[in-house]
Amino acid sequence: MKKDQVPQDNENLLDGKTRDVQYAIDKDGKYTTVLSLGWEPKNIVMKQAWNEINSHVEDAREEVIAGKKSPLFYFMKKNMMGVKLLSEYSGISRWKVRKHLKPKHFNNAKISILDKYAKALNLSSTDDLFRIGK
Amino acid sequence: MQIDFQHSMAAHCENGVTANLLRYYGLELSEPMIFGIGSGLFFSYLPFVKLDGIPVASFRPLPGFIFRRLTKAFGIKTETKKFRNPDKAMEELDIMIDKCIPAGMIVGVFNLTYFPAPYRFHFNAHNIIVYGKENGKYLISDPIMETSQELTYEDLKRVRFSKGILKPKGKAYHITHVPENVDIKKAVINGIKKTCSEMTGFRGPLIGIKGIRYLAGSMQKWPEKLGAKKASLYLGQIVRMQEEIGTGGAGFRFMYAAFLQEASTLLNEDRLWKLSEEMTETGDKWRDFAVRAGRICKERYKTTDSYASVSDLLLEIADREESVFKNLKDIF
Repeated sequence: MKKDQVPQDNENLLDGKTRDVQYAIDKDGKYTTVLSLGWEPKNIVMKQAWNEINSHVEDAREEVIAGKKSPLFYFMKKNMMGVKLLSEYSGISRWKVRKHLKPKHFNNAKISILDKYAKALNLSSTDDLFRIGK
Repeated sequence: MQIDFQHSMAAHCENGVTANLLRYYGLELSEPMIFGIGSGLFFSYLPFVKLDGIPVASFRPLPGFIFRRLTKAFGIKTETKKFRNPDKAMEELDIMIDKCIPAGMIVGVFNLTYFPAPYRFHFNAHNIIVYGKENGKYLISDPIMETSQELTYEDLKRVRFSKGILKPKGKAYHITHVPENVDIKKAVINGIKKTCSEMTGFRGPLIGIKGIRYLAGSMQKWPEKLGAKKASLYLGQIVRMQEEIGTGGAGFRFMYAAFLQEASTLLNEDRLWKLSEEMTETGDKWRDFAVRAGRICKERYKTTDSYASVSDLLLEIADREESVFKNLKDIF
């Protein structure tokens, strides 16, 4: 790749926080580094991955609204977690997490348990665990 | 307390951390040199290891390999520690900072607050350096970021003890001794040899050039076997692994080509320059692959016939790389 070919396809996937270091050849044929704001193929596959995640999150929201799953299921998906990972982050055993994915059990969960979930799921309070939006 | 530490960026976090740590101890090496000597170029396709149900192709060796190989090559002494108790891990970090020792550490990026949000997956093998503490906040040199960053005690503790696959368990490492004279030439030659044997010499079909061919073979069958949607997710994941932050673009090929240029000058060996050019060409081919694969992914799962063409391209890449590594091997 030549230096002037280093792509700058910015779709804000780097959040405006940083840029990618790319190695490219200068006009004398020597390698140098260029900072890049992004590249289309990479942007496409990144967005593809996020679309997939977001569609799982939306499915989860619908299941919660339909009363099939507890809101915990929605937040678990939103944090890209499975039962195992949520169990590790919250310190609550896997079978309990599984139980709490059902609305009936989740609604009866102790506040200390909810507190652990809220922390693991990056929510500021246990009330947020019941707000799934829309 | 702040250590007089110079932050610099890198395409790959482990290279960058290694370079920044070595510079602090007076050994200045470019990222490509670290990558080459540490034999960072690698390929493996492990269809049975799945991430979110999608098989993983890796363009890098296991986390920690580059640092370990490089320090070993130079006889640099290091100390690595894992912890069970998070508070203890943080306590020891404070002691290191007081002693003016910059500490490398492995963290997960999911809760890494300063990281670009779209990249915050549950990935647990990111490398950073902590080089100080000011107003209760830790000063962080993260090679992926343009400038140095800060993390609170809680936030740092959290990412050091992230959960999931490859848990870092507070893993921290630092340099204890750098010899006065290091033989860079010898290290370069050994690094090249190691990469050649890894890319061409592994038994079994999944590692190195053979792994690229195996991937090409499986890819061809994806649309029929998995259906258009799933096939495109599989393909997208390969491109993400190839181009995501920390892989340096086109699966590290350009960085390796840069290393071969430096090696050519250092060893006064013109053939390495020539091979660097060939390596650049394979990098360009990897970019073509990403462009075409990206197009398939973008066509919203409709096309299935183009898989044969990207698979052929991979086979061509495999042939070219095989020739590069064979020729490289013949030089030494």
